[in-house]
Amino acid sequence: MTEQIIRMEVMRYRPEQDEAPWLQSFDVPYSDDMSVLQGLNYIKDELDESLSFRWSCRMAICGSCGMMVDGVPKLACKTFLRDYPGTVRVEALHHFPIERDLVVVLDDFMEKLERIQPYIIPRQEQALSEGEYLQTPTQLERYAQFSSCINCLLCYAACPQYGLDSSFLGPGAIALLHRYNMDSRDGASEQRMELVAAEEGVFHCTAVGYCSEVCPKHVDPANAVNLNKTRAAGDYFLRFAKPKGRCQ
Amino acid sequence: METYQADIVIVGAGGAGLRAAIAAAQSDPQLNIALISKVYPMRSHTVAAEGGSAGVNQAHDSFDYHFNDTVSGGDWLCEQDVVDYFVRQCPEEMVQMEHWGCPWSRKADGHINVRAFGGMKIERTWFAADKTGFHMLHTLFQTSLQFPSIKRFDEYFCADLLVDEGRAQGVLAIEIASGECTLIEARSVIMATGGAGRVFRENTNGGIVTGDGMALAYRHGVPLRDMEFVQYHPTCMPRTGLLFTEACRGEGGFLINKDGYRYLQDYGLGPAEAQPRNKFMELGPRDRLSQAFWYEQQKGRTIDGPLGSVVHLDLRHLGAAVLRERLPLICELAEDFLGVDPAREPIPVRPAVHYTMGGILVDGRCASPLPGLYAAGECSSVGIHGANRLGSNSLAELCVFGKVAGIEAAAFARATARGNSAALLAQAVATEAKLRAMLNHDGSERIAVLRREMAETMEQGCGIYRQHDTMQQCCDTLAQLKERFKQVNIEDKSSVWNSDWMLAIELGYQLEVAEAMAHSALQRKESRGAHQRLDGFERRDDENYLKHSLALHRPDGAPRIEYGAVNITKSQPAVRAYGAAGLAAEKESGHD
Repeated sequence: MTEQIIRMEVMRYRPEQDEAPWLQSFDVPYSDDMSVLQGLNYIKDELDESLSFRWSCRMAICGSCGMMVDGVPKLACKTFLRDYPGTVRVEALHHFPIERDLVVVLDDFMEKLERIQPYIIPRQEQALSEGEYLQTPTQLERYAQFSSCINCLLCYAACPQYGLDSSFLGPGAIALLHRYNMDSRDGASEQRMELVAAEEGVFHCTAVGYCSEVCPKHVDPANAVNLNKTRAAGDYFLRFAKPKGRCQ
Repeated sequence: METYQADIVIVGAGGAGLRAAIAAAQSDPQLNIALISKVYPMRSHTVAAEGGSAGVNQAHDSFDYHFNDTVSGGDWLCEQDVVDYFVRQCPEEMVQMEHWGCPWSRKADGHINVRAFGGMKIERTWFAADKTGFHMLHTLFQTSLQFPSIKRFDEYFCADLLVDEGRAQGVLAIEIASGECTLIEARSVIMATGGAGRVFRENTNGGIVTGDGMALAYRHGVPLRDMEFVQYHPTCMPRTGLLFTEACRGEGGFLINKDGYRYLQDYGLGPAEAQPRNKFMELGPRDRLSQAFWYEQQKGRTIDGPLGSVVHLDLRHLGAAVLRERLPLICELAEDFLGVDPAREPIPVRPAVHYTMGGILVDGRCASPLPGLYAAGECSSVGIHGANRLGSNSLAELCVFGKVAGIEAAAFARATARGNSAALLAQAVATEAKLRAMLNHDGSERIAVLRREMAETMEQGCGIYRQHDTMQQCCDTLAQLKERFKQVNIEDKSSVWNSDWMLAIELGYQLEVAEAMAHSALQRKESRGAHQRLDGFERRDDENYLKHSLALHRPDGAPRIEYGAVNITKSQPAVRAYGAAGLAAEKESGHD
């Protein structure tokens, strides 16, 4: 394969020595099959060992290497240098505090993930000896797409509301919440709907839809948010019609 | 130094570590469980497993069938009592995953669906499309969030195992975000750190798969068992090594050479038929398929592509609809990374290193010879894979033995008094001093150079086919690399997220593990499973080598290789055959 040179402008921020993030340029030889991640690894191995970034699987499933590529949230491992003739700018994911270089602080998302109760709270307990819960392909289809979230957080970097107010639960967490609410085995959707309808819930969203556009796994979190807006609005009116109970 | 007192510390939060944490928490909610991982749990490499997880699920299948497939697949180097326990536990563990929400693919009536896999006589591989590892990992991680007694240490890098009074009593970990050391005291320790495939050049593994737990246990005197058995997966992307799941073949895919010929029929796997047939052709075991590729390459019948020699994985006849439903990730990888639409063109593939069959020596209850130290998953050698693992047995292993490790480590912790904190702290301080000396030393050797040379020599010496001279050369090169590693330079001297420092420590682990592999390989003078020689030892030699190798660490010098007995209960070693020959052999032995 013919090798060409691309200029990679990479965000640097080392809190022990830099006052603010800045861009460092590297000239990187590349072939057409090389990803942005491979470019970064070339820099780390050959040009500057001090560059820090997260990566692991190289195949768009571990969700580690989310970053801004020419201003767009992308997984570095499945974004290719060939698509950026001449120069490419690589920065830390927007809307998160930067820990160092391309590494951002994930605490906020991890805490939100815990709050949505992302586990089956069974409608009806069943012993293991009774075998699997039955779930038809149609029932599976109702939540399958939302279960494909790899927690890469590109959708948070795309979300203007999250950028303005990080108390917003955000697209990824809402998609996962919706995944459990739509699962025929689960019986705790009322509990989770309280969070959906709360101040930090779906009504924060201004329906820009950019989250779904950048999602590398076609989870379509915007759709999850919209469906829950409708449901939460319905629940709001029903609240007056019937007494409200906690989880039974 | 920060100190945290746990009852159990688990190193690694992939499938095995998470399953262990949940089992320990359920067995005794009073126990304080520290779960440490150098990455956030959902980044662990379990995430990349694709095809599925084994568990007998059909009326015409049986535990005996699963047992026989596994033991013959492992070329009889399996601990048969452990395999027996394993196959009996698999179905319940798969149902447990289902109850926790794993989105298993279903039949029209709502029951679990299963697919065919290589070397398995009956379809028994549970699957979630072709993202089974991803779904199992996220299911386990999200389920674990319910247990308040599991205290996570995300992005803490395990830098040492602490051993005092002859038992494992905790770990020293570096918080990556700050570069500060934390001592985690515990009454029992579980290693669940995964494999070590990154010691090779072309591999399917994530960057984090560097054998950390293996190296730590090994340095503390625990033998690494059967390390010469390294699995090459036959269908990987050239150059990057990214994996195209065996499920491609389970669903009916063909492997063809440059003449469009299904070449596996020339290697004792035929006859070739249009429909997939279990244990025939493309549904043979991984070692045999990777070996067949090697011969095709020698014969000049592979295809020369821009990224090296390949054969073709042909899925076109499955049709776009089946591909989308059953193999969506494969379609995505082929399209994004190779520009190939599998519904219209065959996918270029070649073998790449995928899995380490060997690991930390443990018994059937996941206990290592070092009291208080347990291990589960790919880092361990519990004895179910022998000389060659069957696809879909490893995800099941994470669940079955993750659970065992959690329960056993919990019992050990309850029965054991807390150790001497002052002695542990003194050890931790001494280790920290060494790590900081390494960081501050101005060396002359570059990490990337040493790592590359290690991977190249491993590929030369310990590839699909091996011979004495190249293995010896590999051992010699590794010894030199270990010497040069003493002069390794860490360019980055900072504290916050110093990945250069972590890479250097990982390289130290990798060199130890690579050496255990190469010396175990050199000394096994026979061919068995994934260990195949071309230098006069082309046959299996049960008389001399129906034994486990045990690599023992020596601080200054090459490992000492000893051997241990194999527990054979009900399956006597026989000819390992597939295709029509395999069917005939099964009939003869009464196993059909």
